Amino acid sequence: MGIGVEFVQHLINGFSLGAIYALIALGYTMVFGILQLINFAHGEVFMLGAFAGMYFSRFFNLGAHPSFWALIATLFFSMATCGVVGFIIEKFAYRPLRKSPRINVLITAVGVSLFLQFSGQLLFGSDPKFFPQIIEAGHGFSFGEIRVNTMQVVVMVISLVLMAILQTIIFKTRLGRAMRAVSFNHDNASLMGIPTDKVISYTFMLGSSLAGAAGVLFGLIYPKIEPLMGSLPGLKAFVAAVLGGVGNVAGAVVGAITLGLAEEFLVGYVTPTFKDALAFAILILILLFKPTGLFGIRRTEKV
Amino acid sequence: MTTHPLTHPQSKTGLQSLWVWIAAVAVVWIFQFFFVGYVDPYYFSIVMYSGINATLAVSLNLVNGFTGQFSMGHAGFMSVGGYVSALTTSLVVAKYPGIMGVDAGGPGIEGAILLVGALFLGGLVASLAGFLVGLPSLRLKGDYLAIVTLGFGEIIRVIVLNLNVVGGARGMANIPALTNFGWVFSVCIFTVFTIWRIVNSAHGRRFLSVREDEIAAEAMGVNTTAVKVRAFVMGAFFAGVAGGLFAHYLRYLNPQTFDFNRSFEIVIMVVLGGMGSITGSVLAALLLTVLKEALRPLQEITRLDFRMVIYSLMLIILMLNKPNGLMGTREISDVYQSFREKLRVRFGANQGSDQKGAKK
Repeated sequence: MGIGVEFVQHLINGFSLGAIYALIALGYTMVFGILQLINFAHGEVFMLGAFAGMYFSRFFNLGAHPSFWALIATLFFSMATCGVVGFIIEKFAYRPLRKSPRINVLITAVGVSLFLQFSGQLLFGSDPKFFPQIIEAGHGFSFGEIRVNTMQVVVMVISLVLMAILQTIIFKTRLGRAMRAVSFNHDNASLMGIPTDKVISYTFMLGSSLAGAAGVLFGLIYPKIEPLMGSLPGLKAFVAAVLGGVGNVAGAVVGAITLGLAEEFLVGYVTPTFKDALAFAILILILLFKPTGLFGIRRTEKV
Repeated sequence: MTTHPLTHPQSKTGLQSLWVWIAAVAVVWIFQFFFVGYVDPYYFSIVMYSGINATLAVSLNLVNGFTGQFSMGHAGFMSVGGYVSALTTSLVVAKYPGIMGVDAGGPGIEGAILLVGALFLGGLVASLAGFLVGLPSLRLKGDYLAIVTLGFGEIIRVIVLNLNVVGGARGMANIPALTNFGWVFSVCIFTVFTIWRIVNSAHGRRFLSVREDEIAAEAMGVNTTAVKVRAFVMGAFFAGVAGGLFAHYLRYLNPQTFDFNRSFEIVIMVVLGGMGSITGSVLAALLLTVLKEALRPLQEITRLDFRMVIYSLMLIILMLNKPNGLMGTREISDVYQSFREKLRVRFGANQGSDQKGAKK
């Protein structure tokens, strides 16, 4: 394999990994934008999405008849499940704390995250499960020596479609306008007659369903899923969100793709050992030199 | 956070006297020399872990409770201290095997000196790590700090995993058995004493002021970043020492020992005890260490790990219903004070007339 070919191959791998991070990062960034809360449990919602997809496709035995529609159905189911999970988390864990100090909400978020992880271990068992092949792997595409896996194409296309839908919701609908209003100023939005609690619920559901979709896509590329799988991608997606500027939707996508590429190139060209530490190193660097992220807006703190 | 009153009632219970603390250490060593041999080894190990956990919880409380910064990487500092001190003693003992006093029936005074030196070194390196992490990241607010400290713990783990000097993923075995009951509890008492004195000093007020209102503190001339870094460094030092004690008690270290769950365990001790209460941290450390063992049979029967589920659920419920934890910001001296006050009210003014000066 030539150097150029290898490079392009890494580029493609990095992009598909980054696309998954992006879907998770979007949920983080939306919730942060609207509540100034890092939803630590978001990575666990992603994990639940993978499991929901797995049980759904097993139940209907979709692994035996792989098709595009099987994938769509699985995605739909897992997004719906995660939307409900997101709603429940917000309603029972975060809403009662709306007026509490931020550190309390943060601790609760960590608690919810760990609760989902370990009750997941009780429910699903701690050994890795196999995610069925719900779409035909096929031969993929090849351009000369460059090979693109079908899965990777599917992952990238679906992520793009979902991001486009999200973009439309945020900028073209009433709900989106309400969400932007609430994230701009919670109290004023409420005075203007926007049902803020409802809007926050919707935001959680949207973000969580994206995480659910990411779970299914992750399962397609890396078919071994386990209850603790969510924490690391979750944290990395958070780093991606910070990299792009927390609260900025387009920034989250750019940050996630950057992180995916950086990881892939580190593993490909330098060393695989520090793959999982890279994200945190990036986080520390970005917070040191540009705390607002690549596209964030600096807000002056009012006393 | 307006829920915590800044004014901390000065305790008048004699705890200020250094002699109380020295007496406590003396009692610990009397136990070490005369009674430890008679305790069942299993219960003894619970006692030892309680002591180590109490040290960890109290040191984290300085950061999370008194200074109001949310750190989730305490296991990382513990790991640094543990590995550094274990490496030190292992190297020294390998060169001078006589220190372990195999024929004398146990390590003598040289062993004690070696242990104290190694613990101190481990604590220093850990606090250096605390400084390195703290300096950049403590300019950040709550949530970011939590993630950075968590990431730091992860980075330490990955580094240790790839360090062959300390065994990498295989772990580090045959660490000299130098820890005993006396050392664990002397360190615990020393930690409690130091942090209690710091918090109740003029300097310590700065920690509290950062917790209560960072902007106001800054306006009053408190260098908030310096205060936060100081808290971090001190917390890391004691975590490193506790890690060293842990290493020389268990005699085996593994990168997995210091994973995120370990950090989380310490965090929940602080939160359960009450962020800003040393007494609470100690109590919660005892409680959770015992609870962990009490849950072990259940775990063996069902083959499921309920512990973390219970911990995390406890954390959520605590935050929803009793965010101040068991003690809030009260200390045992405050409890004692209000108890005396209650007695005085109940039995009339005559009996308590000598305490007219006591605060309410």
